[in-house]
Formats: sequence, C-alpha cells, structure tokens
Amino acid sequence: MKLPFSRGKGSQRPAKVINASILHSTFERRSIIIGTVQGGIGVLLAARLGYLAIAENEKYRLESESNRVNLTLVPPRRGWILDRNGAPLASNRADFRVDLIPERLADPEGTIDQLGALLGLEPTRIADIKAKVAEARGFQPVEVASGLDFEQFAAVSVRLPDLQGVVPQRGFSRFYPTASSVGHLIGYVGPASAEEFEKDPNPLLVTPGYKIGKDGLEKQFETDLRGVPGARRVEVTAGGRIIRDLETREDVQGQPVRLTIDGPLQDYAARRIGLESGSVVVMDCRSGDLLCMASMPSFDPNSFSDGIGGVEYAMLREDERVPLRNKVLKGLYPPGSTVKPMVSMALMQAGVDPEETVFCGGGLRVGNRVFGCWNRRGHGAVNMAKGIYQSCDVYFYSMAQRVGMDPIADMARRCGMGQEFPLPVTSQFYGTVPDPAWKMKKWGREWQTFDTVNATIGQGYMLSSPLQLAVMASRLATGRHVMPRLTLDTKPKGFDNIDFPAEQVEYVRQAMSDVVNGPGTAGRARLPIDGTLMAGKTGTAQVVSLSISNGKSGPWKYRDHGLFIFFAPYDNPRYAGAVVIEHGGGSGAAYPIARDVMTFLFDPAKGLDALKTLEAGWGGTAQQRLERRYAAYAAERGAAVSRPPRSEAAIFDRVEAEARVAAQQSQGIANEVIAPRPEANPSSSPAAAANPATGAAPAPAAAPPAVPPADAVTTATTTGSVPQ
Amino acid sequence: MNSSTFGGSTSIIPAPIARQPWEMMIPVLLLTCFGGLVLYSAGGGSMEPFATSHFIRFAVFMVMTAIIAAMPREAMRVLTYPAYLVVLLMLLGVEVVGAVGGGSQRWLEFGPIRIQPSELMKPAVVLAMARFYETLPSGMIGTWRSLVPAAGLIALPIGLVLMQPDLGTSVAIAFGGVVVMFLAGLPLWWFLLGGGSLVAAAPLVYFFALRDYQRARVTTFLDPESDPLGAGYHIAQSKIAIGSGGIFGKGFNEGTQSHLEYLPEPHTDFVFATMAEEWGLMGGLFVLAMYSLILWWGTKVSRDSHDRFCALLAAGATATIFFYIAINLLMVMGMAPAKGIPLPWMSHGGSSMMTNMICIGLLMMVNRWNQNAPRRGLTN
Repeated sequence: MKLPFSRGKGSQRPAKVINASILHSTFERRSIIIGTVQGGIGVLLAARLGYLAIAENEKYRLESESNRVNLTLVPPRRGWILDRNGAPLASNRADFRVDLIPERLADPEGTIDQLGALLGLEPTRIADIKAKVAEARGFQPVEVASGLDFEQFAAVSVRLPDLQGVVPQRGFSRFYPTASSVGHLIGYVGPASAEEFEKDPNPLLVTPGYKIGKDGLEKQFETDLRGVPGARRVEVTAGGRIIRDLETREDVQGQPVRLTIDGPLQDYAARRIGLESGSVVVMDCRSGDLLCMASMPSFDPNSFSDGIGGVEYAMLREDERVPLRNKVLKGLYPPGSTVKPMVSMALMQAGVDPEETVFCGGGLRVGNRVFGCWNRRGHGAVNMAKGIYQSCDVYFYSMAQRVGMDPIADMARRCGMGQEFPLPVTSQFYGTVPDPAWKMKKWGREWQTFDTVNATIGQGYMLSSPLQLAVMASRLATGRHVMPRLTLDTKPKGFDNIDFPAEQVEYVRQAMSDVVNGPGTAGRARLPIDGTLMAGKTGTAQVVSLSISNGKSGPWKYRDHGLFIFFAPYDNPRYAGAVVIEHGGGSGAAYPIARDVMTFLFDPAKGLDALKTLEAGWGGTAQQRLERRYAAYAAERGAAVSRPPRSEAAIFDRVEAEARVAAQQSQGIANEVIAPRPEANPSSSPAAAANPATGAAPAPAAAPPAVPPADAVTTATTTGSVPQ
Repeated sequence: MNSSTFGGSTSIIPAPIARQPWEMMIPVLLLTCFGGLVLYSAGGGSMEPFATSHFIRFAVFMVMTAIIAAMPREAMRVLTYPAYLVVLLMLLGVEVVGAVGGGSQRWLEFGPIRIQPSELMKPAVVLAMARFYETLPSGMIGTWRSLVPAAGLIALPIGLVLMQPDLGTSVAIAFGGVVVMFLAGLPLWWFLLGGGSLVAAAPLVYFFALRDYQRARVTTFLDPESDPLGAGYHIAQSKIAIGSGGIFGKGFNEGTQSHLEYLPEPHTDFVFATMAEEWGLMGGLFVLAMYSLILWWGTKVSRDSHDRFCALLAAGATATIFFYIAINLLMVMGMAPAKGIPLPWMSHGGSSMMTNMICIGLLMMVNRWNQNAPRRGLTN
C-alpha cells in the first residue's frame, strides 16, 4: 500500500483526488488485511492448541494427575522398646489426633480458638499452640491434641469444611507405661524440627502425626524404630477436600529394641528415690547387663510428645533438682569413700600387705600439716579390711603416701572411672581421674601431698558418674573387666579379662560385706532376706568447705552428696550397683535405697511393701507427685511463664552445659585439704523400719567447727548422734 | 456473491426461513448448545446453575437480535447518535452512582435488570463511527476533520470506562473504533505512528497508570513462573487443563481440573479450558471452526454492503466479536495476560452475550438490507 497523501506542501492537490471510489477500494484492500490478520490469529490459536494437546500432552497429563491425586503418607507405627523380659517400656496407643498445617491456615488465631473450644483445651495449651504456629515454617505440622475420644474427633471432622488447614486423623501415639521412671533412659518423641528436616529432607518427617526420637534411646535407635510408612492415594480438590480413596498401602512397624533393663526394677528404683534427687544403677555382674538406670526427679515423656509446653518447661527449669538432667550419665560427683575398695586393690597390686596395720589417732601428720580422719577420736590399729569397713581415712592417707598417686590413678581408670563405655546413649560424661600429669596439664601446678590425700578419699578433683561407680562395683565384685551393655543383641564383654587375683577379690569382698553385715559404717543396709548378704561401701562427698556448711543441714545445694556402691550376694556376686543421692546429707541417704532396691530384686513383694509405706508418707508415686505439682504450678504461674526455647536440641544443649558447670562445684574446694565428715553411724543396728532420708535432717548437736579444716582434727564431733 | 446460498430458491423451505443467514445461524446455535453442554459439566454434571440460564439468556437475546435485524435503514441512521448519547449518559450514570455509593461499580440497575453500559458501548461506538464516516465528505479523509471528531467519539467512553476501572473493556471499545477508522481509509501512517507511540508509552503506562493487580497480570504473563501459586496459577491451571485433554479429551463430565476446582472460573473466562479438557483438540478445533464460519460470514456481509455505513458497521461489529474470541483464547492458552473477557456463546454471563448478540443483530440487519437492495455500486 502506498502513501500518496502523506505529507508535503502539495497535499492540497492529491487530497482532492480522494473520492468514494478510492475509499471503497481502500476498504476492500484493508478488509482483506483485517481478515488475514484474523485468520492468522486463528491459525496461531489452532497451532497453539495442537501444541498443548499433542506435544505437551504428556507433561500436562502428569501435572493434572499430580493435582488430582494426593499421596498421603501414613506414619509408621514405631517399634516398641522392650525390657529384658519383653515387657514394653515404650509402646504405641491407637488414638484420635488433630494437627494443624500452618501454611494452609487462613485465619490461624480464629481456627485455633475454635479448635480450643471444640476440644476443651486449656488456655495455656492454646497459647502454646499459637506460639508454635507463629514460629513454624510452612511445612511443619503442629499438633493440637492427641488421645481424643471419638466424640471430640467427630466434632472436628464434621466442621472440617470451615477449618482449613486442620488435619484430624486416626493414628498411633507413643505411650510410656511407667512414665517419668523411664524419662531419662528412653527419652521421648516429638515432631521433627525445621533443622532436623533440613538434615533429613524425608517427607515423612513433616507428615502430621509423625514423631521422631528426641532424646535418649528413642533418638539413638531412631533408624531401627522408625519403620516404613504406609501410603494412601486420595483424590482431592484444590481446597484439599478428599473426594475418594484410590489406593492404600499398609505401614510396616519399626523394629523393636530389646533392652537389658528390668522394667519393674527400673520403676521401683525410680520411685524409691522418692523426694530426693539422685540416681540408681544396677548391673548384672555376670553379663554386664544394665538392669536399672534410674534418674530422678524426671519428666513425663508422655506429656513431651506434643512438644514441651511453656508451663511444663518453666516448672522443670526452675527446679534446682534439675529434672531434665539424666544424672546416671551426666551427673558427676566426687566419689568420696566409695573409692576405698578400689584404692585397696591398687595398694595390694603395689605390694602392700593387707594385714599390715597403721595406727589411726584421728589424724595423720605429714610434715607440718595434719590430715584428719572422719572419726576424730581415731580408729586405733587399722589393717586394710578395717580401713574399708570402718572407712578409716588415716590408713589410706598413710598407704597412699607410700605408693604414690600414679598406681591409684591407673587402678581408678581400670575400674571404669574416667572411662566412656560403648553404650547406645546420646552422651555420657566421663569425669576426672586426677594424677600429677593431669594437674600440670590442666592447672599448670605441681601435684601436692594434699592432692594425693584428697584423691584417696575420692575428693578433690576426682569426679565420676553413677554409671562408672556401678561398673567399678561390678569389677571389684567379680575381679573381671566387666563392660556394661544396654541392649540384648550386644555381646557381653570383658569377662575373659581378669583384673584382679582371686584372693585379693575375696579379701575386698569380705571387707565390703563387713561394711554392711559386720562392724562397718552401713549396718542399716543389711538385706532383710535370710541367707543373702549384700556387700557395699559408703561415701560422703563434700561440695563446699566445712566453713560454709556442715553438710547435713542448711541450704540444699551445700549439703553433702550421699553415695553407696554395692553387690550381692557378697560371696558369689550376681548384682552390683551404685546409688548417688545429690545433696542427701551423707551416705545415710543412699544406702537405704540400695538396700530396698536389692530387696526388691531378690524378693519383690517385700521390697514393694517397704516402698508403699514410704510413698504413703511422700504423697503418692513419683508420677502422681509430678502431676500434682504441675497442676499447682500451672494454677499459680500459668499465665506468667516465658516461652521455652524453640527446639528441643537447644533445651538439651543447655541442660548439658549446666551439668558440666554443676560438676565443677566440688572442685572449688580441691585446692585445700578436705577434712572428711563423720560418716554414718557404724554402730547402729540394722533398722527394721526403713527410714526415709528426706534430707531435712536437723543439725547435729555439736556446731560445725569454724576453724580451718586442717585443724579440724582437734575439734572432733560426736559420731553417734549423726541423724539419717 | 449472493449471500443466500443456503436453500436459495428451493420451494420446500418457505422463503422467510430460507432467507435467514443459516451459514452464521447454525454455527452460533451449535456453539451455544456446545457451550451449554460444557456448562452442564462445569456445574458438576447438572443443568443448574449455569446451563439452564445460558439457554434462557440465549433465547431472550435471540428475540432482541431479531428485533434489531428488522430495523429499517432510515430509523437506524436517525437513531445512531441518540443511541450513542444514551449509552454515554448511562456510563456517566455509573460513575455518579459509584461516587455516591462509594467504591467502584460497573453496572446500573433498572428493577430486576442489571445493565453494564460499557458492554453496550462497544456496538454503540461502532455504530457512531460508521455513521460519522458515512457523513464525512470523501475529500476530508486525511485531514484533521476526519480524525478529531472520531477520536472524540472513542475517547469519551474510554475515559469513562477507564475510571471504573476496566482496562479490558476500554481496549475492546478502542479496538472496534480503530478498526472502523482503519477501514474508513484514514492514512496508514497515522496508524503506524499511533502504534509506535503506544509501544513507546507502554513502559510509562505500566509503571504509572496501571493498578497493582493489573501490573501483576502483565508481569505474570511475561514470566508465568514468577508466581505459580498466585497470579500465574490461573493460566498454569488452564494450560494443564487444555494440555491434559490430549486429542480426544478425558470425556464428557470427566474433567478433573474443572470438577476438582483446580481451574478457576471454569464456567466464565476459562470455559474453553473446561471444554478442551473434556473434548480435547477435536473440541477445540470444532469451536475454532465455528468461530471462523461466523467471522467469515461477518466479513462477507461487510464486503457485500452497498454503502459506507453498512460496510463499516458490519466490519466493526465483526471486529468486536473477533476481539472477544481472540483475547479470550489467547489468554486461556497462555499467550495474553489474564483478563476478564468471556468467550462468546460459550461462557456463562449475560453482558457479553448481549453485546455479541447485538453485533449479530446488526450484522443480520445489514445482511437483510443487502438482500433487499441488491444494488451494487459505489454511491452513498
């Protein structure tokens, strides 16, 4: 098409040329152009349609299918955790549950309030859920409630069209029949955190209702326990409404884990600890099986499975008895006099004749310093056996001066102190066995005489965990290098490795039996079972110097730790173990517990009778007391708690860091001589009635000495009036 | 070139029936019925709520079309400008009601009837433009007098519609008007200049004149992956529906994209996708063929016209119908930004059907005039 009339001065003349005829032909031409353009677009549309429908048909058919079909993972049932006899310590319970998918919520606040009203949730629980939804990343489901009854479940289900992002389902939830008794040992389960999902981007982890192990054995055996998820293919609308089921595949339950733990014993020991804070470890010293690893106070793993609530966390945090710390593995204590049988072994190995006597006059003078015995009046002539059963400090001071620290430190390590054991636990502390090289490296100072003195009575820098003490008891009792094991599918180890000659073993066994059954320091620990004699060794570990506290009264955190290692029967040891009571005020808090636990092992009915009486006085079982405390705490403080850390990992990192700090407490007095306190009354007769060691003991008759410890030898206190 | 090829002089069919333009009527009827079938499926396999009202509306508007088609030539010439003015006043009324009522609206209510004046404006502009160029002396083509009044006729309604704001309808009105101007013989370089400046102005319009949601549509069109769950979702789902249909479709009432609510607006803007999912490429080609027949007929009516008014009017009406079809189909296939423009005779919705039926009525009217005065000439 030409542009004859466009511009130029002469436009006046050509303009006259335009007439109807020209316009008509222009119209004809231009209508062809327009028709062509229209036709062109028509062809373009047809080509595009063909391209989409033929060339890209495969791709879009897949996308249409993935729109239409929703694959829902069915969380697998978790494998059970069984005790040595096949009884469940952790099982699954069928229940109805409700979860939220935060990213699908149109109105989070409104939906949660509505659910709260439907399910009758408490205000603190609703606040917890709101906080979790606010900080959840889109893909993480948030549990609203589990263990619902059918009416509640149905009430939510029928309102589902109005509750976008709410997922009610039938499923299984983890159940711990003995609740807080196994809290530290088994751990608990919970929904995967964002960090855990990043590490393992398995879609199962963000399936509503799926929980992973968060602590303890649940975390350690995660891969075994997990199982294979089932799947359900459903047809869904864009809004997520399910139209119909297409196909379902069953889940495969996870593998069970069989522990060496004796469930009833574990529960009994945990309950027997009572109001105290402490731990009980019992081993089968013929196989190394850990029968019981109780640590109390504890938490209820059942109530942790939907995340640690704000109120619950605040209550557990504020408790100075640290219910979140597993004291069996992460409590470190100066072992006190419980090391004396081990030191005796070291002395015998170094050539000391056990019958050689040392005169104890209440103290030992070395150079110009006097190191006091706990018995300020002295023990007279003391041989090794008497040194053990009367726990004479002077005998060990004197002999240790002769052999030096290194043989003792070697023996301590051989007996398990300062060692880590190949156990399936998330972490274990291995404490300290001090020797001159260690002190130079750690503190840059020379080893001093008083360091040896402190170490021989298990004070100063020496630290060990209750598990290590129990292993030490088994090795002393058997003379073999017993290795502990926690699962039945591992092999017993260390039994072909003989640590001590038989006659030395028998000597120490006899001396330790005398601690309980003879003229020793723990007469009240005698088993109320005819023909079964328990051997043991008491220990009292100071945490602060005598000038701050007498160790038996005053602020709880200044009181002495009470320790007891034991095995039974003494002449043919079957079971061995250790009891540690934090700030129990001395060994008197520990050995009655050991006695009752061993009684339960040999005669469950008799053991339970003793416990029933005690629990009546304490106000119910440990679980009942925990629940009551929670209710009271929630009523009092419910609205005012601060939020717990977002992830469980942060919570347990903090607990572990605090445990490390706590273990340093007793080292504050390691730079001076530690004057041992008077032990439990060695002359008292075996008590018929168990006496709860509540730690609320009145102050001893004589005031504690306010003089420097080195001079304490001159201000002997009475030994007979020490209350339990 | 005789338009009444169908039936012709066969004596079996009565003349008044044989005289009707069946080559257009049959495609329109087929499309409407097919549209009803698709709406039946979009309604979840039920005549309610879409299909029944679709047929009722078509019947009502068919009567209106017949009335328009019967209009005498002189009455049309007299009524053109008054009709334009009335619609313009109604558009103004929309603005007034909107300002009083607060918030924007696009319709006026007369009792039970709700009228969208911007829809009426599309044929009204075409009529007015055709009338204008009919009366403009040939010699003035190419001078400012051929442009300024016509531009005013287009600009006034566009300004009012833009205030609603309704970009899509504004463009549709402009399209009809500009096609008439083009066919009226205005110098070509004016159009090239206009097109060039539009391209130059596009970035400015994008950044300063468009509202956020309009801008989002343009952005999404240029880069659909930028927001697969937001603005791009509609077009992505539409393409999935069309592509998953394949050659023969998933079968009537078997579309999952539409039935499971993945496809937005399966009964209005995306009715073609709903159809293509169930009827496949074959259904799509059938629909395209029907539209081609209708537009072909419209173009033929225009070219067979004996005077300027008829020719321009018929071409403008055809262009208006074409604009609906082209923009809607380009959109559902992911080649144009998402716009609220329905597909003629298939989408559920009264306003667009009214506009299209008015255009058909005007075409039938012109066609009748052509038949009644089969005089071929170049005079006015």
